Amino acid sequence: MIVTILDVAIAGLLMGGIYALISMGLSLQYGVARVLNIAHGEFIMLGAFITWSLFSIFGINPLVSLAICGPIIFIIGFLLHRTLFTRLRISSPSLAVFEGNSMLAAFALLFIIQNVAILIWGAGIKSYTYLAFPVNIGGAVFAANRLVTLGFAIAIGVIFYIFLARTRLGKAIRAAAQDPVTAGLMGVNINRVLALCFGLGALMAGLGGSLISMMISIQPTMGLEYTVIALIVVVIGGLGSILGSFIGGFILGLVGSIVTYIEPGLAMVAYYLLFMLLLLAKPTGILGK
Amino acid sequence: MDVTKFISKRSLLPGLLFLTLVVLATAPIYTGGYFVILASSVLLYIVLTVSWTIFSGPTGYISLASAAFFGVGIYASVILGEALPLPIAIFVGGLASFILALLVGALTLRLRGIYFAIFTFGLVELLLYFTLWWEVNITGTTGRVVPTLDNTIVYYVILLIFVLLMLTAYFIRHSKYGLALQSIGENEEAAAHTGINITALKIVTFAISAFFMGAAGAIMATRWTYIDPKIAFNPLLSFMPVLMAIFGGMGQLYGPVIGAAFFTLLKEYLTTTLAKYGLGELYMLIFGLVLVAALLYLPDGLVGLIQRLRRRYLGGQRVST
Repeated sequence: MIVTILDVAIAGLLMGGIYALISMGLSLQYGVARVLNIAHGEFIMLGAFITWSLFSIFGINPLVSLAICGPIIFIIGFLLHRTLFTRLRISSPSLAVFEGNSMLAAFALLFIIQNVAILIWGAGIKSYTYLAFPVNIGGAVFAANRLVTLGFAIAIGVIFYIFLARTRLGKAIRAAAQDPVTAGLMGVNINRVLALCFGLGALMAGLGGSLISMMISIQPTMGLEYTVIALIVVVIGGLGSILGSFIGGFILGLVGSIVTYIEPGLAMVAYYLLFMLLLLAKPTGILGK
Repeated sequence: MDVTKFISKRSLLPGLLFLTLVVLATAPIYTGGYFVILASSVLLYIVLTVSWTIFSGPTGYISLASAAFFGVGIYASVILGEALPLPIAIFVGGLASFILALLVGALTLRLRGIYFAIFTFGLVELLLYFTLWWEVNITGTTGRVVPTLDNTIVYYVILLIFVLLMLTAYFIRHSKYGLALQSIGENEEAAAHTGINITALKIVTFAISAFFMGAAGAIMATRWTYIDPKIAFNPLLSFMPVLMAIFGGMGQLYGPVIGAAFFTLLKEYLTTTLAKYGLGELYMLIFGLVLVAALLYLPDGLVGLIQRLRRRYLGGQRVST
């Protein structure tokens, strides 16, 4: 019984780490750049496929790939914001219009990125084996790659949080989130900060994707599922709250693992029910204002 | 006799519409089977897009629940289709979506902006995964085979739904309700203060738009021989109406119609052309690029473009359609 509880709890934490990581990225993109990035999962997919390519073609260790994948995807995200979303922001008459338009633009990106990936890698399922030996934790057995993934997810999340809370750039980002106009008056280059946030959000997604590819098989259409999970987590944590997303990721991971233990087919249904109930009861999330 | 007055716009437009309708209604007689199938697809997307625009156009609430209503219509028709005659099955399909929309609307329409979009998107996925779970664990089967109908019958039914929808959309637009919806979109609080029952109005309009999507789902189910939850609740069908309406432009009633027609024909053309090279699915890539271009360069869609061109070539004449 205790082993079962431990089993379920650890499985939940392991998945929760990934959820937390990808949701923090989405939260930053919405909270600061005001882009509800429906294409978030596509950046995850890109990260996963770049890692897979580096591993299976050049034999590069997936953990080393994190350092290659991250910057590539950051640049893609940064440039996308500088070109597409900045233009939309300038041409939109109000914030509400921009939120609508940028969501639709992100939706277009979903099509574009996914199909470009199919062109490059084909539509099939890919996987590789890395650190797949079993590890025993108090009777519960897990693959080593899952534990490594959790460690990296937490480490990246914490570094990211410290970056936002402690550095000068982090302060500029938080200022831009609160009041872009005043932040601009205080000398913050607002377009660059927003693009930076979007790029960082994409980076988190890419790193998440890299980690995911170590544990499970990947395919070009995998993105939407993670987008949806990240959306749910972000709503649970409060739209725009980075810490809320971090905690929310673990909550959703645990809920998923408990429900899967009771009735495997219903994990997604449980996520949605939780999400819908929360939207109705407290749309600002657990840590929202 | 004043000739210009005789062929003035007021009499020309209804005449033209009537002529189009006559052509569409008699088309199956003198065209091949391919036209009927293609026209049914075009009409289906037009119905979905115009229904979406009835609610989301004036109010600005981006609903991503279209696939949910469409799918409910499909399932209603699949489950009831064998027991009930076709018109009743279609009506029940529409009614089921109508009721679902009433419930969802009552729960969610106080959510503003982006929350509403996320919630409605969640609804599609909830129904998808729940139906999937239900079919696997309760009924023990995934997917059902649907008794098919003659393509011409499907065409006439979807044409009828289209005509009814356009009449409904026209009357809502030109009634005080349309004006009230518009004012909700511009400033919801101000609208409430002028005495509009905004909640009731939003919910009912949402449900009316869902009715047509459900009815469309009920008839289209008979064209696909096989239905499973992933086909019925395809999230793509939530996004397509939005894409088509934005591209066509929501400023005028004909905007979503041309937007939907354009994209369906583009899809048909691209899938058949690209399929020769084994790239059939790549049309989505081109859709994405077109949508980005539309968002950046055509803020009011094709309608805005047409009006700009008319203004340029017809000089300062007042443009009204």
